[in-house]
Amino acid sequence: MTDTQGHHHEGEHAHPQLGFWRKYVFSTDHKVIGIQYLVTAMAMAVIGGTLSLLMRLQLGWPHGSWPFLASLMPRAFDSQGHMNADFYLSLVTMHGTIMVFFLFTAVLTGGFGNFLIPLQIGARDMAFPFLNALSYWIFLASCIVIFSALLVQGGAPLGGWTAYAPLSALPAAGPGQGTGMTLWITAIALFTASGLMGGLNYITTILTMRTKGLSMMRLPLTQWSLLITAVLGLLAFPVLLAAAILLVFDRVGGTSFFIPGGIVLNNKLIEHTGGHPLLWQHLFWFFGHPEVYIVILPAMGIASDILSTFCRKPIFSYKMMVYAMVAISGLSFIVWGHHMFVSGMSPFLGSVFTITTLLIAVPSAVKTFNWLGTVWGARIQFTSAALFSIGFVSMFISGGLSGPFLGTSAADIQLQDTYFVVAHFHLVMAIAPLFAAYAGLYYWFPKMFGRFMNETAGKIHFWMSFVGAYCVFFPMHIIGIGGQMRRIYDPLNYQFLVNQQIVNVFISISAFVLASAQILFLVNFFVSIWAGKRATENNPWKATTLEWEVPCPTGHGNFGPELPVVHRWAFDYSIPGATEDFVPQTAPAVPAQQERH
Amino acid sequence: MGILTQKRRGASIPPPPTPFGGGPGGSHSSFPISTAYVGTYVLMTAIIMLFAGLSSALIVLHGVPQWQNITVPNSVWANTMVLLASSVAVEFARAAIRKDQQSSLRQWLAISGLLGVAFLVGQVFVWRQLVNAGVYLSTTIHSSFFYVLTGAHALHLLGGLVGFGIVMYRAFANRLTAANHEPLKVWALYWHFMDVVWIYCFLLLILA
Repeated sequence: MTDTQGHHHEGEHAHPQLGFWRKYVFSTDHKVIGIQYLVTAMAMAVIGGTLSLLMRLQLGWPHGSWPFLASLMPRAFDSQGHMNADFYLSLVTMHGTIMVFFLFTAVLTGGFGNFLIPLQIGARDMAFPFLNALSYWIFLASCIVIFSALLVQGGAPLGGWTAYAPLSALPAAGPGQGTGMTLWITAIALFTASGLMGGLNYITTILTMRTKGLSMMRLPLTQWSLLITAVLGLLAFPVLLAAAILLVFDRVGGTSFFIPGGIVLNNKLIEHTGGHPLLWQHLFWFFGHPEVYIVILPAMGIASDILSTFCRKPIFSYKMMVYAMVAISGLSFIVWGHHMFVSGMSPFLGSVFTITTLLIAVPSAVKTFNWLGTVWGARIQFTSAALFSIGFVSMFISGGLSGPFLGTSAADIQLQDTYFVVAHFHLVMAIAPLFAAYAGLYYWFPKMFGRFMNETAGKIHFWMSFVGAYCVFFPMHIIGIGGQMRRIYDPLNYQFLVNQQIVNVFISISAFVLASAQILFLVNFFVSIWAGKRATENNPWKATTLEWEVPCPTGHGNFGPELPVVHRWAFDYSIPGATEDFVPQTAPAVPAQQERH
Repeated sequence: MGILTQKRRGASIPPPPTPFGGGPGGSHSSFPISTAYVGTYVLMTAIIMLFAGLSSALIVLHGVPQWQNITVPNSVWANTMVLLASSVAVEFARAAIRKDQQSSLRQWLAISGLLGVAFLVGQVFVWRQLVNAGVYLSTTIHSSFFYVLTGAHALHLLGGLVGFGIVMYRAFANRLTAANHEPLKVWALYWHFMDVVWIYCFLLLILA
């Protein structure tokens, strides 16, 4: 019992038995909140994914007739069963918004962040548990609000997830720009409030509630990534909120923050004058680029820790991994202009943004090198979690390699708003974090539910997703260079795109294969909660971090009467001379040697 | 629970590799700043970024030809004095609790809270003055920013009054002592911070 001499905690297991509602629904337990985030985000993923399949239907067969879908959604299709252009644009907007905010941001920081932070730092809960529960319920409200945008009169907004002004600032500008856009802004404002409550908790908890012996440089990389992500969110989301506030006043208060004079709408000159549409773009992307890293950094942390576990090797160059994440997050605030190279920006300023953007390649390459260094020469245990972690690295490299082309203003002017961009950001900030989230789910599932997910189904899920994702997103580079525009409704409208339409058909078929693999995952997930193989030991993967010291699933309060004491970093795998190929963080340094002296 | 009583791993574990190792217990993780303070600093950072976002918009739009200044009513100056006086009262309250003078603490706290409320009432008065002068939210970009910035500040001050209620409750329940009055200290930090945000917004609006 040498590893349990921790400090006392008044909250130790004096908890009364709670009823079902308090225990599983209105809970302030970080583990329940984490799982609530996960499951809600999965529901949003099903919605967002379905929207993308409808888009692929239109892009693969632009003149196709879908009477069955038309009978389900009569306003979205015309009398012949063809999809309406307005509906297609609202699909683009809602798919992007739901996936970026309500899936990736929510699942990685809300889901894994809440579940893992206290467990991995040896705390009983978050610093502010009530605020944490409130954060989830506001997030749920934001999910309902954004979903309702699909159902209201006029439909969802048309301007894409970036909601560029003045389109977003003028309710009369399109069918979805009225109520739909209002709901969009409301949902984003709620999401921001929820995210700030979460971030406040993550930062405070990781900084102040680490258990004895757990110095910052002994933290698992997942914890580092969550801390840095929370700081990014703290600095980026309020700016989006500021922009959203100004946008609301433009829409309902008659102000002219983003609306220039001289716009004629429905044959009427609007009254606004003096606003600056590019101001929205600056504010949005000042938030938007860090948001990309809010999505990818926790994915990096999770994949790093899981890779190390299943390679049975310490992570290669831990310190550089931490510094690289800090560097990436710092740079993320001075690169936003690379989203605006064609906005009429001064070429000199464009060059500055090009340089800062290309600098991000350095820490990104450091991280990639270190992942390869971790895998190098390892006897990898190819579990589903390990496969998805390796898949994450693969997707990150493939998506990242097109980054320098887009970050260079000269090349970007050609590639801007084509499917090359769509390919780039889907690989690097959609599929890569998705793979890391899957890795995390397969890995921590026993800790969450006390059972394992089915490994065979997991491996089929991986290979179908891996091949499927490449079949969907790799050809997009080619049709993008071929000129196919992002957010295009009907490629056959353009003579120069007709010849490559066959690629769109291939992508669409691949997308349906990819989606069917995700259905397999969902079935595996929900069946395993009740019928999976039981996790009988605390530490089934033989990992080193603190969450594996406690039972699967973990009870309220996380740890026993005493909090654990940490004696080493999180990556002591395959240490020569140790009896097992891992040494937990709680193992004292050298009991044998001390005994000898 | 006995959940940490896994079988002892290896009697001959070598020392962990430097520089991550260290003896039993290693470096302490006891962070020098308390949870309440870290939480408040984080909150303040978010508020700074919100106002930074709003003021960057002001700076950009200040450059458009349609920019037209409004006349800021003189009552704003008086109102600024009220808010600063509220902060001074908080310092007197802190001085009182350091000497464990409970009744003096309550008096000064009540004064600071009342001055905070007076500031908000004064702000409503300022807005009404502007409206009576025909200066509305949408009149000019300057007036839009005047309403948005002062409104955003007022909302954050209103949040501060919730904190004031908690501190006041504790003061009347005799739960603040000379040795331990962190809630008061944390709230005072936020309250002074609201002054700084106010002066920043005010300067931005009158110098624009």
